Amino acid sequence: MKLPTILASDPQADRVVPPSGAAARLTGLVAGAMAFLAVFALALSLAAGRLADRWGEALARTATVRISAPPDQMTLQTEAVLAVLAATPGVATSRALSVEEQHTLLAPWFGPDLPVEALPLPQLIEVVETGAGYDGEGLRQRLAAEAPGAVLDDHTRWRKPLVQAAGRLRLLGWVSMGLIGAVVAAMITLAANAALAANGQVIRVLRLVGARDTYIARAFVRRFTLRAFWGAAAGSAVGMIGVALLPRADAAGGFLTGLGFQGAGWLLPLLLPVLAGAVAFAATRAAALAKLRELT
Amino acid sequence: MIAFDSAAYNYGGGELLSEVSLRLAPGSFHFLTGPSGSGKSTFLKLCYAELLPTAGRVTLFDREVRGLSRDEVALTRRRIGVVHQDCQFLDHLPLAANVTLPLTVAGRTGPVQDLTDLLGWVGLGALAGALPPSLSGGERQRAALARAVIMGPDVILADEPTGNVDWDMSLRLLTLLVELNKMGKTILVATHDLNLIRQAKAQVAARVLRISKRRIQLAGADL
Repeated sequence: MKLPTILASDPQADRVVPPSGAAARLTGLVAGAMAFLAVFALALSLAAGRLADRWGEALARTATVRISAPPDQMTLQTEAVLAVLAATPGVATSRALSVEEQHTLLAPWFGPDLPVEALPLPQLIEVVETGAGYDGEGLRQRLAAEAPGAVLDDHTRWRKPLVQAAGRLRLLGWVSMGLIGAVVAAMITLAANAALAANGQVIRVLRLVGARDTYIARAFVRRFTLRAFWGAAAGSAVGMIGVALLPRADAAGGFLTGLGFQGAGWLLPLLLPVLAGAVAFAATRAAALAKLRELT
Repeated sequence: MIAFDSAAYNYGGGELLSEVSLRLAPGSFHFLTGPSGSGKSTFLKLCYAELLPTAGRVTLFDREVRGLSRDEVALTRRRIGVVHQDCQFLDHLPLAANVTLPLTVAGRTGPVQDLTDLLGWVGLGALAGALPPSLSGGERQRAALARAVIMGPDVILADEPTGNVDWDMSLRLLTLLVELNKMGKTILVATHDLNLIRQAKAQVAARVLRISKRRIQLAGADL
């Protein structure tokens, strides 16, 4: 009993089972609701994945050298650091941040009226590495020798927890998808068992006249598979509309506003009805054959 | 065709049938009699593997029933037409679809004329489109008989097939069974109706089996 065979129309086999009862209708409803939730779980996973990649990539390719030195040595040490960086393999570019740029960085915390000049702020040097990267430990040692007030911060402290958090959020999305699939399977198994129990006389008559288990199961399996497929299709469509109506990422810039699909990602929810159908097929087939084995 | 070798059946509260050894030869015609509750229906169920013997052997078409897979049981049942005492149908399908159900599940189709003739023979020609719940007890029995014979099975097992029909219809159904027997089909009919048995013996070489004290014996000439 293969899925394509099941989905192929067989009006005779379909007719032997009475028209759908509440169990089959429930299957469509459950599949629809679960597909709706799955669309959002999928969107969450994809958005978290994008975020993890973006954070990981952006932070991994940049570093900062912070120079804390007396004002009269600041320029000297800055030049020394830039010279060291220019001679370091794996460093693509390096530049000292201007006072205005440092002001911009601090503004969110201290407000726009901060007198940066009056504060003993360290000089920041932005370092962009090449794809191959640099030897962090070697660079630290050279900086310590040439500019004692320079500290290399490769963002590892910040990057790890951020990327971990985004990765776990992505994992959470996929776990949700798995749970949704399991719930769909469980609900359809219960519904199929209820339908089989309600059609005990039909099954007895079919066995009496020589119907094989696969023939009897096929009528139930096809019905539940198609119900789950169309229910999930409707749920996915509504879910996709819901995601499409969410605020756009570039409008507000926050993470939650970036919870959507991008490009080919919009095709992924279209797989949900197929997956729901496959889950329904497997669950109903297992339930039907197990139930039939109880009968002689 | 169907053979019992020291077969027994125990429902759990003691043996209902014991030491049954007999053979239904191809083309034979047997009646099965006995008091209510003596095990006639159980014997018939053993004949089409709805029940398995709790001791001894039952062989269908040279295959021991315990060795049959579920698919093989299904295929074996296509060679055995069964008329139950409590005739069960698919209540959502019209009578004609119920009668042709054995053909449907076997993936076969029969000429429409055959169905029309068969329904006419059992007196249900005008009820082809009726749903089973609307049929009387006698009509259901006749429909069950039509369903049992439509595949042209090798064996026909009937449990009180004339229990709910009048004498004229009983004779008509008997004639159908006799004609099938003359075509080489093996017939086993469980019945209380001694007049029916006498009528049949006048037409074919029918043998009578009687269940007595959990055993099945050939009945004497008192019938």
